[in-house]
Amino acid sequence: MDNKTLLEVVDLVVKYGNIEVLHRINLRVGEGEIVTILGANGAGKSTTLLTLSGLVKAGAGAIYFDRTSIHKLPAHDIVKRGIAQVPEGRRVFGTLTVQENINLGAFVCRDAAAIQKTQEWIYELFPVLAERRQQLAGTLSGGEQQMLAIGRALMSQPKILLLDEPSLGLAPLLVKAIFQTLREINASGVTIVLVEQNARAALRLAHRGYVLELGNIVLEDSSQALMANPKVQAAYLGGESTR
Amino acid sequence: MEQFFQQLTNGLAVGSIYALIALGYTMVYGVLKLINFAHSDLFTLGAYLGLTLLTSMSLTDRLGPVWGVLILAVMVMGFVALAGALLDRVAYRPLRESPRLSAVVSALGASIFLQNTVMLIYGARLLVYPSNILPKTVLHLFGLDIPLVRILVLCVSLIMMTGLYLFIQKTRIGTAIRAAAIDQGAARLMGIDVNRVILLVFMLGPSLGGAAGLMVGLYYGQVNFTMGWGYGLKAFTAAILGGIGNIPGAMVGGILLGVIEAMGAAYLSFAWKDAIAFLVLILILIVRPTGLLGERVAEKV
Ligand SMILES: Nc1ncnc2c1ncn2[C@@H]1O[C@H](COP(=O)(O)OP(=O)(O)OP(=O)(O)O)[C@@H](O)[C@H]1O
Ligand SMILES: [Mg+2]
Repeated sequence: MDNKTLLEVVDLVVKYGNIEVLHRINLRVGEGEIVTILGANGAGKSTTLLTLSGLVKAGAGAIYFDRTSIHKLPAHDIVKRGIAQVPEGRRVFGTLTVQENINLGAFVCRDAAAIQKTQEWIYELFPVLAERRQQLAGTLSGGEQQMLAIGRALMSQPKILLLDEPSLGLAPLLVKAIFQTLREINASGVTIVLVEQNARAALRLAHRGYVLELGNIVLEDSSQALMANPKVQAAYLGGESTR
Repeated sequence: MEQFFQQLTNGLAVGSIYALIALGYTMVYGVLKLINFAHSDLFTLGAYLGLTLLTSMSLTDRLGPVWGVLILAVMVMGFVALAGALLDRVAYRPLRESPRLSAVVSALGASIFLQNTVMLIYGARLLVYPSNILPKTVLHLFGLDIPLVRILVLCVSLIMMTGLYLFIQKTRIGTAIRAAAIDQGAARLMGIDVNRVILLVFMLGPSLGGAAGLMVGLYYGQVNFTMGWGYGLKAFTAAILGGIGNIPGAMVGGILLGVIEAMGAAYLSFAWKDAIAFLVLILILIVRPTGLLGERVAEKV
């Protein structure tokens, strides 16, 4: 990919207390790309995304977004610059209505016309949300909550969307539908970083991927190459290499 | 019957004051899961500031009772809101990442500090509000003689509570406050500056608490530096009764507590009126551990 770099992570170190969980990792995401980060439980995938969003602070190294460093900014400023996240476990505001959740997604935007347009787009992407506007988010099904979390994140009109295991706990058919929607979202110009344990689905969707193991990036390649890689097949694709 | 309605209106007025104070406890608990023990002292501060501003600026002489008291209320609420903001910056914000117990200790310390500051400035003796501020009019409603002031206290409290409720429910910032109370991390991912939300909560709650202090001063005519203790405890009880963290809960809890207390004092025993109020609290919590309107269990602290 020779497109313009949108997001760049350089030698990023993250610690929780004394325990270092990310060891000088490097990532590059080009504008318009879908990049996936694969890894087992505890590899540091969520930590990486949380650090990108400023919810966890970088211990060392740097994060550049649109060529400016953002790793010292507070989380709310990072959202304003165009990075939105669908966090692990969805974290919709359960006692607020679907519409209120959507409105909160647009908290950083002040342009009413643009907000209206984005909202219409989101309700087109996820018609079920439009039907349930006045329902409390906590009463939605898991799949609907995931759609709401994605819709809510898109309301800030981000340049880049970070998703942390959007397929978790969803039926295969629904995963397919949501990944199809992610493709549409990407086609409309939003760059995507997708953290997944469902490596097969993620690699089918993504252009490129990174493999994170115990806080180190151990592999980086195009999706096709990763799918063909015996190591990846053994560890993340359920040993498909044995055919 | 006459006594019943007298007690009812009295209970409603006192209860609405409890409710105003309870809102401060419940809002801070909502976003920080912390009991702001210093809240009752901000209430006291409101009562004293009201007295000082009233006498030093002779507002009611210059502007008449209506505008005088209105301007006075705005000033008291403004100053107490500033005190609340300062309290957050000095006593709580530095401890945001610390264990919860540190913040609880800091809250107790702030409470003692404020109470002693009021005592040092104003002295330990009881002070008296000028008695000619509010009209002594007695209204004849449905065959009852009810002091106008009582109706005013109730109405003004209800107006402020309605205003707060609409602000929290209908506005963008109000929704952000609710979001921060549910999940601070997710709220930050929406681009909400949670520290500013907390600061705002520390201004809203105390401004209502300060207004309550002013009303107590005007209604009962006297203030002393320990007055926050009793009112704070009642308001805190009211917040728990309604379900701590829940804004309509604090309103309902406060008014209910005021009425129960007034009825208990009239029909059971005046000396036991506090005990009756707490007994009701215990009974309700046995039946509904989360309070009347609470969804979440009041965990920790
Ligand atoms: N708040 C925290 N405090 C201390 N350690 C943490 C914290 N969050 C995560 N960790 C540790 O950091 C490491 C990486 O966790 P992380 O949640 O980033 O993994 P992950 O790749 O997202 O895993 P999963 O697939 O299970 O979601 C783990 O060892 C975890 O125990
Ligand atoms: Mg994770």
